Amino acid sequence: MKKLTANNITVSYDGIKIIEDISIELNKYEIVCLLGISGGGKTTLFNVISGLLVPDTGNVILDGENITGQAGKTSYMLQKDLLLPFKTIIDNVSLPLLIKGMKKQTARETASKYFDEFGLSGTNKKYPHQLSGGMRQRAALLRTYLFSNKVALLDEPFSALDTITKSSMHQWYLDIMEQIKLSTLFITHDIDEAILLSDRIYILSGKPGKIVDEIKIKESKPRNKDFIVSEEFMNYKRHILKVLEQ
Amino acid sequence: MTKKLQNIINKISPILAISIILIVWQILSSTGIVPKFMLPSPADVVMAFINDFGLLMSHAKTTLSEAFLGLSIGILFGFIVAVIMDRFQVAYRAIYPVLVITQTVPTVAIAPLLVLWMGYGILPKITLIVITSFFPITIGLLDGFRSTDNDALNLMRSMGANRMQRFFHIKLPSSLSHFFAGLRISVSYSVIGAVVAEWLGGFSGLGVYMTRVRKSYSFDKMFAVIFFISLISLLLVLAVTFIQKSTMPWERKESIKN
Repeated sequence: MKKLTANNITVSYDGIKIIEDISIELNKYEIVCLLGISGGGKTTLFNVISGLLVPDTGNVILDGENITGQAGKTSYMLQKDLLLPFKTIIDNVSLPLLIKGMKKQTARETASKYFDEFGLSGTNKKYPHQLSGGMRQRAALLRTYLFSNKVALLDEPFSALDTITKSSMHQWYLDIMEQIKLSTLFITHDIDEAILLSDRIYILSGKPGKIVDEIKIKESKPRNKDFIVSEEFMNYKRHILKVLEQ
Repeated sequence: MTKKLQNIINKISPILAISIILIVWQILSSTGIVPKFMLPSPADVVMAFINDFGLLMSHAKTTLSEAFLGLSIGILFGFIVAVIMDRFQVAYRAIYPVLVITQTVPTVAIAPLLVLWMGYGILPKITLIVITSFFPITIGLLDGFRSTDNDALNLMRSMGANRMQRFFHIKLPSSLSHFFAGLRISVSYSVIGAVVAEWLGGFSGLGVYMTRVRKSYSFDKMFAVIFFISLISLLLVLAVTFIQKSTMPWERKESIKN
């Protein structure tokens, strides 16, 4: 079942095309990755889908509704965790609920229900600077989830973390996704991360950026660490590297 | 151990310096090297302060209420101007040079004009305080608004937050430290502004008291009131720092990393 589609999206800045004729789709509860080199227009595409940017051509359809240029329909998580330093974790996380017009107390109560599930218990009254990088990222993801449980757009969510934290975050992410069932579109330039986490991968390449390949990762879920060192994993990786070289 | 010693030295060195100045001063005037009618000794100044304590307090009440009123209007005014300048680029371009020019005009020069226009009442004092105190507030807030993280604003936009929500959730709280930096300057300006305005005429206030004791050549009282005024400014700056600490709990550096 189709959750979100972006059809024939073209965006240009100052007459230069950044992305051209991109069409992607996301099915319900699917995790889809957009893989490509930095500066290839991945974030531009996300800005279009999140409604921050109006494309030159094309449209974005969510649950059959045209949401092109409308902010506030999908939830967007940027590379930086962007937790506000002057708000406690509970207030940071419940911010999207406040924006939707929920009362402060109700918003806090709603948000705190998820703290255990997201591995954030005991951090309610702390400030972001008191938390580790991994914890902050989890809080940012909870905020994203609370904003909209329809579709989440994650822009390089783990790229700011060190390798060890990143690896444990991947495991955590796979687990939490099994529980919360969120349709997710995420950006990365890390091939391993893409293969490990996604159901499907779109490869974005060239200037202007186009979708050059679409790969289905058949490995069943839940996946574990052994998948990374398996033969299938290597085959996917070999294929992706070949596509990116062209 | 040496570090501890260093700490103690760091702490007592300002006290030591001030004590030395006071001792030298006391010696200079009590030995008659500097004539006593020109430079009263610290002990005389303290005596003058104690003798005139009641009078000083009643004058201080006038000055402080002027300063407080002027500062409040200054904050309100500065806040409104900063918000307008942040919202409209045209306003920013138009107002900024005017603001800077108003600050280059010396307070002492416009004070007599204000008295001529507005009389000996409270009005010229308030006006002068507003003029001197709103500038640091405006600039502080404006800097704060402009230094807001653009990504954070974008995130708020993607959540569908309107302008008001972006202002109250992000822009305002992230400008608070800039605001307080401006306010610290403004509080001492407001006291000085009140005193200067009172010099030029009025019925009570520390500036009026100063003019009276100057005319009677009571140098001891003169020094007493000068120190009193700087003490007031100092206490007000401390008060602002205290308010800042309690309104910005996230600034308390107790960074416990897990």
